[in-house]
Amino acid sequence: MTSVPHRPPAAARAVDLRKVYGSGQSEVHALAGVTVDLDAGKFTAIMGPSGSGKSTLMHCLAALDTPTSGTIEVDGTGLAGLNDKALTALRRDRIGFVFQAFNLIPTLTAKENILLPLDLAGAKVDQDWFDTVVDAVGLRDRLGHRPSEMSGGQQQRVACARALASKPSIVFADEPTGNLDSTSGAEVLSFLRRSVDEFGQTVVMVTHDAVAASYCDRVIFLADGQVVDEITDPDREQILEHMTALQTRAAG
Amino acid sequence: MFRLTLRNLLARKLRLVMSGLSIVLGVAFLSGVLVFSNGLSTTFDGIIYGSTPDGVVRAKDFAEFDAGYSGTPKNVVTPETIAELEELPEVDRADGDVAGFGMSLLASDGTLVGGTGAPTLAFNYHDGPNMDGGDILELDSGRWPESDQEIVLDTGAAENGEYELGDEVQLLAPYGEIEQTATLVGTAEFNGGGTAGATLLIFSTEGAQRLFLDGKDVFNRVSLTAAEGVSQEELRDAAAEVIPEDLEAVTGDKVADESEAAIGEFLGIIKIFLIVFAAIAVLVGGFIILNTFSILVAQRSRELALMRALGAARDQVTRSVLLEALVLSFLASTIGIGLGLLLSRGLASIFRAIGLDISSAALDLTVGTVVISYVVGVAVTMVAAYLPSRRAGRVAPVAAMRAEAPQAPAPLGRRAAIGGALLLVGAALVAWGVAGAPGPDAIWVGIGGVVWIITVAVISPIIGKPVLVGCRALFSRVFGAPGRLAGENALRDARRTGATASALMIGLALVSTIGVLAASMNKSIDDLVDEEFTADYLVQSVNFVPFSTSVGDDLADVNGVSVLSRQQYVGAKIDGETEFVAANDERFNDIYDLDVVEGTTDVQGAEAFVADEYADELGVGIGDPIELTFPGGKKLELEIVGIVKPSEVTAWVSFPLDQVEQAGLARQDTSISILLEDGADAETVKNDLDDAASDVPIVAVYDKEEFSDSIRDQVNQLLYMIYGLLALAIIIAVFGIVNTLGLSVIERTREVGLLRAIGMSRSRLRRMITLESVAIALLGAVLGLGLGLVVGVSLRETLKEDLSSLALPFTQLVVFLAIAVVVGVLAAVVPSIRASRMNVLEAIAEE
Repeated sequence: MTSVPHRPPAAARAVDLRKVYGSGQSEVHALAGVTVDLDAGKFTAIMGPSGSGKSTLMHCLAALDTPTSGTIEVDGTGLAGLNDKALTALRRDRIGFVFQAFNLIPTLTAKENILLPLDLAGAKVDQDWFDTVVDAVGLRDRLGHRPSEMSGGQQQRVACARALASKPSIVFADEPTGNLDSTSGAEVLSFLRRSVDEFGQTVVMVTHDAVAASYCDRVIFLADGQVVDEITDPDREQILEHMTALQTRAAG
Repeated sequence: MFRLTLRNLLARKLRLVMSGLSIVLGVAFLSGVLVFSNGLSTTFDGIIYGSTPDGVVRAKDFAEFDAGYSGTPKNVVTPETIAELEELPEVDRADGDVAGFGMSLLASDGTLVGGTGAPTLAFNYHDGPNMDGGDILELDSGRWPESDQEIVLDTGAAENGEYELGDEVQLLAPYGEIEQTATLVGTAEFNGGGTAGATLLIFSTEGAQRLFLDGKDVFNRVSLTAAEGVSQEELRDAAAEVIPEDLEAVTGDKVADESEAAIGEFLGIIKIFLIVFAAIAVLVGGFIILNTFSILVAQRSRELALMRALGAARDQVTRSVLLEALVLSFLASTIGIGLGLLLSRGLASIFRAIGLDISSAALDLTVGTVVISYVVGVAVTMVAAYLPSRRAGRVAPVAAMRAEAPQAPAPLGRRAAIGGALLLVGAALVAWGVAGAPGPDAIWVGIGGVVWIITVAVISPIIGKPVLVGCRALFSRVFGAPGRLAGENALRDARRTGATASALMIGLALVSTIGVLAASMNKSIDDLVDEEFTADYLVQSVNFVPFSTSVGDDLADVNGVSVLSRQQYVGAKIDGETEFVAANDERFNDIYDLDVVEGTTDVQGAEAFVADEYADELGVGIGDPIELTFPGGKKLELEIVGIVKPSEVTAWVSFPLDQVEQAGLARQDTSISILLEDGADAETVKNDLDDAASDVPIVAVYDKEEFSDSIRDQVNQLLYMIYGLLALAIIIAVFGIVNTLGLSVIERTREVGLLRAIGMSRSRLRRMITLESVAIALLGAVLGLGLGLVVGVSLRETLKEDLSSLALPFTQLVVFLAIAVVVGVLAAVVPSIRASRMNVLEAIAEE
């Protein structure tokens, strides 16, 4: 891979990642030796059927879970041997999160939710950056609202803004449109796309939705805990073809 | 799925344990108090019936007086009378009793044994049986006294005094030669064990006569034992035929009843006192149960809705929740009763420390105690669970289909209206009390206060909001994001926060009410001592018991004493009621300048001056006679020559000291007042006075400050005891906070996971939960202390006569606020650790 000259540096990297649940007879290999580089400044999708290990991979890369073996680097920092405190700081300062649901603290307003990681870090708010992000998600008139006063799409956009507010090295999104209707989903995805194109952000998204994946620069396919395929600059049809192929293989 | 179910079950088990704990503690306190009260009664009953003979011949009116204060009656029984009694066919035997009051036992190191609390009883030994035919006393070691130089002590006193058989025991006589010694020849106890803390000094008949009756061969009393087949009444009637006019014969049952009545009043106060605290504990426990079940029902609303959707009727859902409460309360009450038995032992050892000895054999569960404890524990739980169970039944089946458990918008409007109205009702009651309602004013204020406390508990979600908003502002300023989140969390479910805080509020409201009263009492004592006690020094004994006049003789010889005035308080019957009256010497007026309404305080011979209130009560005035009947039956008729304002330095009725001997009583002193010579060095004189009084450890010389301190100490002792008992209510409240926080953390699992994922460290998460807990505790403290302050001030207003000055215990309030913060921090320990140990991934995935 190093022979490819124009490849940008990796924002996150996993080498021979293995994750085993249980032991003996009931041993399950959620990850069976995954090696992957997630390029900086790109929008990458991780796809695969249920149980393929895509969520486990993301959780390991995002310092939410620890692998059984293998190494992970995020923004040049190896995660091995880091204690809970260091991992917490890493998540807070260098990683942004967008979950499928329940992304926001119900007692805080949109603005407070967006600034929460910065508050936790005790960092100063970069007002220009905050304005840029808020305008990009189109939520300026909603900043004083609490989550219960916003639609699901608006809530997810707030979550996106929060993920970007601390200028993380990498944003992980776990099925961010899974609970949204297609219009709201498109808004969220366009925003993630723009954050890559206009702000040079790195975004990694786990999804099983071909439409969502079609917003990405690169799609990595996982099956049975291994990387089995990948395509760059995909369109929806290509993705569906690859998915079908995967499922056929799994069935066979 | 199985894991989730298991975890839920485990979590719920924890919740049940937590809500059960409040029932356990409430019931434990109740049953502990009941067991202790029973033990108290059993102990005293045992002693009273075990030490009373079939019949008694004694001086007339003897029983009307508390002998300890009234001097020793000189009305005596002669050996001839006893011989006559013994000849009666109804009498099996007649034994002469000699009893002395005011005798004290010194330990081998010269300090006082006993002293506070239970009395010291000195009497002669004879082997006359009690009314059941058993021995009155049982020898533990050695033998009974034979010569007049020998003594037997109760086993506890011998231990406390560090005396061995054969040692010379040091005693203080109340009059005559003060310092006495006797050889310890044995130790004994009342038949049935224990002395309830009393110190027993048992002499031979000759010894007792030497000490208490000037060595004459006479007796104070005769114990009669009935002949076979003779009833107590027949015995009494037969004896009445042969005794002289100034004596009376009574049945043993009557004597026992009299003793019971005298002690019963004191025991009754202790019992009521303890039961009030048990009631508070149960009430606070009830609040916590109500709150816990409310939260449990809210959290289970989806599960309950599913049951409804599957066809369960509303009643069935309600009943299932009530059934859960029933089982829980039954289990918790059972544990509580067991714990109560332990608690009663603890109470007994506290009371033992202050001199009231309860034998642990008497501390046992009775059927009544068990039944009451179960009934109260189950009833309180069922009542507290009723509202939440009704709410459970009202959960709509469709709620099962909703994604999120609906957060019902709290309709607090009605609550606010009802609460506001009730607050006014409370205010009206308090105002009525302060303005002087019929009956004791304090009762009205008390009722108003209780109405207020309950109302504030109900509307705490509304009136507590400013406190919580303040906490949020303060916390977010000081602690940043975790502080802000903690403040928000406390505000998020105002009902829950309010109900949790209310448990603490009740305890602290009582604490601050008591605090205001105690501070006012202390201030009033200071002011009173300052104003009325114009003497430079006061000499009094522990518990105000009379002491030998030789103390005053020694003090009068000290250089620098210009005026020394003696005073003896004695009990006397006036108009059918027993009152303490004061006999003052002629120097009294040189020291004290009483507020004379009419006439004079300069009394001579058979004259008296009387406090105006008392004169009004009796309907007498200047020139009228007043008749005093003393123990032993002697009467004094005094002419009223002065009316004064009531004063603490003398009694309702005051008369010349030389009348005491006329009344047939031994001269002793109760209080000595001393004025300093001009130019004398106060410190030197005080030291010399202390030296002069030092041979009599029961007597102390007080300057003004020490005197108010000594009174304040007694007030404060009571205060600390009350605080100690209220601490239990606060401990129960702590469990309430732990419970609520624990349940909230479970409810907010996903939120906790999210916070951890986006970068909240474990320690900050713990801090967030701790701060929420502190906010709840502060809410309870602010509401409780504030309310207590208002109630305390109102109560003081109605008790103005005794509490002349108002004082607010600001330092104490600050301390209690600080304690509330500590309570909050402690309550958060377990929930915050649980929260911080949550696995981030599982927390996020939690449905």
